[in-house]
Amino acid sequence: MTDRRDNEMAVPGNEDAALDPHASQPGDPIDNPGLPAHQPRPTDVDEAAEKRAERQVAAMFGLSAVCAVLFCVAYFALDIGSEPDMFGGIGAQNLALGLALGLALLLLGVGAIQWARKLMSDHEIVEMRHAVASSEEDRADTVAALKQGVDDSGIGRRPLIRNSMLGAVAALGLPAVVALRDLGELPGSSLEETVWRKGMRIVNDVSGTPIRPEQVEIGQLVNAEPAVFFATDEEGEPVYEGHELQAAKAKAAVILVRIEPSEISPLPAREDWGVQGILCYSKICTHVGCPISLYEQQTHHVLCPCHQSTFDLADNARVLFGPADRPLPQLPLGVDDEGYLVAMSGFQEPVGPSYWERGES
Amino acid sequence: MMSRPVVARATRTGQVAGWADDRLGLARVARKHLRKVFPDHWSFMLGEIALWSFVVVLVTGVFLTFWYKPSMGEVVYQGSYDQLRGIPMSEAYASTLELSFDVRGGLLMRQMHHWAANLFIAAMMVHMLRVFFTGAFRKPRELNWLIGLGLLMLGIVEGFAGYSLPDDLLSGTGLRIAEALMQSIPVVGTYVAFFVFGGEFPGDDIISRLYTVHVLLIPGLLLALVGLHMLLLVYHKHTQWPGPGRTEKNVVGFPMMPVYAAKAGGYFFIVFGVTALMGALLTINPIWAYGPYNPSQVTAGSQPDWYMGWLDGGLRLMPSWESELFGYTISWNVLVPGLLLLPLLFGLLGAYPFIERWVTGDRREHHLLDRPRNAPTRTALGVAGVTAYGVLWLGAGNDILAIIFDLSINTLIVVLRVLIFVAPVVAFVLTRRICIGLQRADRDRVLHGSETGVIRRLPTGGYVESHAPLSIEEQWRLTAHESPEVPAIGPAANGNGAPRPGARGDRLRTAMSRFLSGHDVAKPTREELEEAHHGDGHANGVDRVSEPDSGHRVR
Repeated sequence: MTDRRDNEMAVPGNEDAALDPHASQPGDPIDNPGLPAHQPRPTDVDEAAEKRAERQVAAMFGLSAVCAVLFCVAYFALDIGSEPDMFGGIGAQNLALGLALGLALLLLGVGAIQWARKLMSDHEIVEMRHAVASSEEDRADTVAALKQGVDDSGIGRRPLIRNSMLGAVAALGLPAVVALRDLGELPGSSLEETVWRKGMRIVNDVSGTPIRPEQVEIGQLVNAEPAVFFATDEEGEPVYEGHELQAAKAKAAVILVRIEPSEISPLPAREDWGVQGILCYSKICTHVGCPISLYEQQTHHVLCPCHQSTFDLADNARVLFGPADRPLPQLPLGVDDEGYLVAMSGFQEPVGPSYWERGES
Repeated sequence: MMSRPVVARATRTGQVAGWADDRLGLARVARKHLRKVFPDHWSFMLGEIALWSFVVVLVTGVFLTFWYKPSMGEVVYQGSYDQLRGIPMSEAYASTLELSFDVRGGLLMRQMHHWAANLFIAAMMVHMLRVFFTGAFRKPRELNWLIGLGLLMLGIVEGFAGYSLPDDLLSGTGLRIAEALMQSIPVVGTYVAFFVFGGEFPGDDIISRLYTVHVLLIPGLLLALVGLHMLLLVYHKHTQWPGPGRTEKNVVGFPMMPVYAAKAGGYFFIVFGVTALMGALLTINPIWAYGPYNPSQVTAGSQPDWYMGWLDGGLRLMPSWESELFGYTISWNVLVPGLLLLPLLFGLLGAYPFIERWVTGDRREHHLLDRPRNAPTRTALGVAGVTAYGVLWLGAGNDILAIIFDLSINTLIVVLRVLIFVAPVVAFVLTRRICIGLQRADRDRVLHGSETGVIRRLPTGGYVESHAPLSIEEQWRLTAHESPEVPAIGPAANGNGAPRPGARGDRLRTAMSRFLSGHDVAKPTREELEEAHHGDGHANGVDRVSEPDSGHRVR
């Protein structure tokens, strides 16, 4: 019980804590019993325990410093880059640096907390809460000051000034918005267009080589691109490169599949869009634009790895399942004079995700 | 000046402090706050993890900016990583590879930055749940609750921006999806996407724009809001759990100086140290394995960082609904999960304190926390929300789940589509029942003591279990909360039979109030306690043992 007085001792800035009334609310079945007496810790009563705790804390701080030095040793002693895959892909240097830094920090933190828990005073103290709200006088004074300020400005008596000022401030919003105009070009019709043209060859997306129908086996899926992505102009520079290539590729990537012709059920207008059972579809999912790529040759279903929209390539890439609503756009195929697969036209509808202006497909 | 104690000037430290105080007047503030009391409880540490991991993110992030180049300009990689040498890629990706393989400690800092960011958002979410389930959002802390929600939302956007900066295949796919989400906005969507990306996707602007957002704009806002959050915490003083000596008018705990300075300061180093160990031992976002971004490629099992998972899950679970309206397209399948889910969740969370305040009609300040069981409906609503979030989150892993558990992915999605509506309801009902059961158990323990497991045979041949009385502190802890009350309202009509103004709102309020607290178990009254402790006339015939030696106070 003697400890209770300590709990309520006056603290600088906290003198009113001693006033703590253990007030109980009307509905409480018992009265607030008040702060329990302080229980001494072993380190409070046993000098050996206290010394031990002191040594523990100092040892942790000391080891922390050792680890900090070890970090520097590892930084210079171990080679980076030559063995990035050592230790389960972590890399020898990364492992050593991280362990040393981690332990240096951890030991510092654990030491500080051990110090607080074992050796610093653990007497709970009480602080009174103050009212969050300002006093009534403060409020009244503030309102009076504000009113005085408003009156002095005359803003209430001079609506002409007030309104023209509000108008001027509002008008400043226009430059703020207009100045952002050059963030990007306007969409125009760019989402409806791809680089595909009549007669453009369909080439392998890695090697850029054109593809003959007989090179595609039944059940095979080929990731393909328009030949123009591998073409060069008169000066030998690529026609498309850098981010222009990326933007064009984001719309023009296609997949070629060869399916047993008897299993294909083309829409009436699309009966001649394939060549010997080879069909060409946009690779860009009509949901949110991931490149679809998981092909199941037995069922000729293709699955988008992002959100699992599933399309039946034998049935005009109809949506079988998942969040996509529209089939993958199909590219009409033909064969040029040299026997290579070519587009017979561009896509006849926009590829990729839907957007407001897209309208009926 | 004259009244300043001479001793303060005598020492060297005293001189420095005096010099500073002459110019800053620090003593007035420090006097109040050096011994400021913070209550101790493990659950108050969750927000601290968020704070400290934010500091770790700032420190490691500054390190990364010294090497990272926010440019989409094309370069051919010539660095140390063999598998990608000679491949064209953006400078952003190449400099991230440089950080990983050619800057000593760079990979560690990258991984620490990513782990700490994940930890930051996770800790904010768990801290938010703690605040919700304990009612710490009540007056006067509603505004701090809103600031916290703002921090969480900004943290999520900040995480996504940072995740996109390496310009690798995985994050590029994420940006592609983000672009499609923008496009799905009715009327202006296409324009929004073109303005954000500087033209057609991917363009060559987005990485440098995201960089400014990631290292300047959002961190600035986060810092300001964190400061405000802390300032209000100090001003309101921390909430505390009910217990002996704790009241609505005081705060009991340990002083800032030295105990909390050591504990919180030490905790900072522990959080920092743990993220360093994670950076050393746990590979995260190995961008070299994904390759540079290519809009025609993607890997199976693509998933965003965990905190975006629930939104991605929403995209996967949403049925394929699209409408045509006067020749214009509305993609509900993208719009609803992609753009409405986040505002919906944060809107509900932000509105909750005000709804509860309106329903209970409670205008008082609350500094004592609720044990979750003592607010069964609030707790059940929270668990229902967590459950819905969990279903969406599972949805984001549907392909992985299908492989691990050998399930059909289509069946899994259908099941999750049902669960998103059913599971929260089941969770609500179960949680409320469990809370009410726990309230009853508390009431029984206060009235009749704890079960001891000791069975005694009575002279008459019957068997009874002995109950041990609770310590007075424990009894207080179990009864310090308020019993629920449904606010009384006036009659629906006034004396003349005309409807009383506001009667309809009141009826709704009463109905909601019954929903909120109508099922709660009242705590024992003083009379019930007296009777239970002294009267032996219990109908159930159980022997309430009152031997002299079992009635002593435990402490």
